[in-house]
Amino acid sequence: MEGMSIIVKKVSQLLAGLIFVYGIYIILHGHLTPGGGFAGGAIIAGAFILLILANGSSALNLKKEISGSSNTESLAILMVVVLAMMSLAFGVKVFFSNFLPKGEPGELLSAGVIPLYNIFIGIEVAGAILTIFLALVIFKEESSK
Amino acid sequence: MEAMIPLFVAIPLISAFLIVLLSKLINGFHKIFAPFSLLALLFMAVYIFTNLDNTSMTYAMGGWGLLNDLPIGIFLVLDGFSILMLGIINIIGFIALFYSLSYISKYTAESNYYALFCLIIAGMNGVVLSGDLFNLFVFLEVSVISSYALVAFGVGKTELEASFKYQVLGGLASMLILLAIGLIYWKTKTLNIADVRNVMSGGFSRPYYIFVQVLLLTGFGLKAAIIPFHAWLPDAHSSAPSPISAMLSGVLIKAVGIYVLIRLFFNMFEFTHEIAVVFTVLGTISMVIGSLVALVQWDVKRLLAYSSISQMGYIVMAFGMGMILLIKGDNEPAAILAIGGGIYHMINHSVFKGLLFLNAGALEYRLDTRDLKQMGGLSKAMPVTSSTSLMASMSISGLPPFNGFFSKLIIIIAAVNGKFYILAVLAIVISIITLAYFLKFQHYAFYNRTPLKSLDKIREVPFPMTSSMILLAILCLALSLLALPSVNEAVLHPAIQVLMQSDLYSITLIP
Repeated sequence: MEGMSIIVKKVSQLLAGLIFVYGIYIILHGHLTPGGGFAGGAIIAGAFILLILANGSSALNLKKEISGSSNTESLAILMVVVLAMMSLAFGVKVFFSNFLPKGEPGELLSAGVIPLYNIFIGIEVAGAILTIFLALVIFKEESSK
Repeated sequence: MEAMIPLFVAIPLISAFLIVLLSKLINGFHKIFAPFSLLALLFMAVYIFTNLDNTSMTYAMGGWGLLNDLPIGIFLVLDGFSILMLGIINIIGFIALFYSLSYISKYTAESNYYALFCLIIAGMNGVVLSGDLFNLFVFLEVSVISSYALVAFGVGKTELEASFKYQVLGGLASMLILLAIGLIYWKTKTLNIADVRNVMSGGFSRPYYIFVQVLLLTGFGLKAAIIPFHAWLPDAHSSAPSPISAMLSGVLIKAVGIYVLIRLFFNMFEFTHEIAVVFTVLGTISMVIGSLVALVQWDVKRLLAYSSISQMGYIVMAFGMGMILLIKGDNEPAAILAIGGGIYHMINHSVFKGLLFLNAGALEYRLDTRDLKQMGGLSKAMPVTSSTSLMASMSISGLPPFNGFFSKLIIIIAAVNGKFYILAVLAIVISIITLAYFLKFQHYAFYNRTPLKSLDKIREVPFPMTSSMILLAILCLALSLLALPSVNEAVLHPAIQVLMQSDLYSITLIP
């Protein structure tokens, strides 16, 4: 896939960082404001997809990228299940229970394990959307050959 | 023991994601890990089954229990009916996975196969255990989406076409189910199955009620492939890899189709005469048309797929008769027989249809064809496949002393006792037609003069495949013990009780 003009490249480079940080903000404040793991993860994946669309995929080793993103995705979702299983070992010993201290409501560091779930779900969603996008790119390149 | 309930979903999920991660690093990791995790699930199901003393268990996820006697969290419910389904899912799942160890080695991307297989198991266990409508929908999607991928696993032209057809109809079904769940939530303000029943028993506008019921019947009817919703099944079940066909036909259409239909229409809705008649009529139509179409098939797996539709018809018809008898209320023993026969036939069908698909897989493994006209005389070359498929064929066509005979007999006795004479005659006639097309299968595959030139080069399939076929054949014989009154009382009675006293489910969860 070819890249676009230099204006698009430059603007997307400037914007991608902002979008990425905004995604992280949405994930981290998931337990306080609207949004959370899924929405933030989709935004983070959007930052990567923007860069790939603007700069073209020819500079990337697509097979390596897709295996990386799919590994990240599996690891993140595995961590979600492991967190849920950890609730069986600590605290009230119930699956999916919130075993960490709850903290002050409204603070960033509060709500026990919920921010942790949000973070891992954010990584998982970003990895999954990026994997789907890369798979489509690979399919297009292979079929146009 | 209650802490084991969420593990039925968590263990297969963890193994699926671990397999994706670690099979790239450790060679052959998936082949060792997946069977062991399914074996652990099987042992857990057996342990809970032997220790469940006639009561149901509930598990509040995250410790969110009842608040003022109202459920605010997600509940997992395990009772006499769901533990039977859990047993079937995990037994057939383990055997099909063990069979895949050598069968699937001819495909690429093996580790993805094992991961998707674990996801199917996780989804089905979740559907069977969930006591919450939306949670049930999510688990249903987990299992059917992984089954879409597994049907297309061969990535040939027919596989992709079958998977596409399956996805379109499955997506339509999911949409209808989601719409129905939304409508239920709108009116009752709750998603918990037991709570929905309690709220709805306080009054509900009738047209709305019937609309929701029809949506759910169509949606889950599509998943269960009852005629006229069956169009995807023959393609999907015949193009999938054979262990997956065994899982789809043996377990998936029961766990996400029939089980949920029965659970919702017995334990969530009040019985209505119209729905009971619809169940009986749809069941009878599937039973008759499925077997008549199966009679003319020459593709082994298509024949088995149409036969699945026909046998599903028996089960739905039995439950429908049970509903009608319960509404009339004057003939309870016949209702017990009908419902018990339905559950019994459901267990039996998953065993012998699983075995038959594994046999078809063995034939395909050695001959690379599914066409009956290109087979013949294989009984000498493949003795294990031949003898186990003979047992399964006799079982499904209802010859004593195999399990299929007893379950069909119970359904027919129930039909006669409940004065459904036409249905009883139809069930007997269809059983004879079933015998006819399985004789055709046996004759053309194993005993006919062979059109194959190199018959002496064909050997029996490898050990994992033969051993799993033998295991299922033994189960075919052993399950006929369930016809004994004492065993029947212990195994089937808790399930029958849950369905007979239809508010037992909601009473045990919300006192």
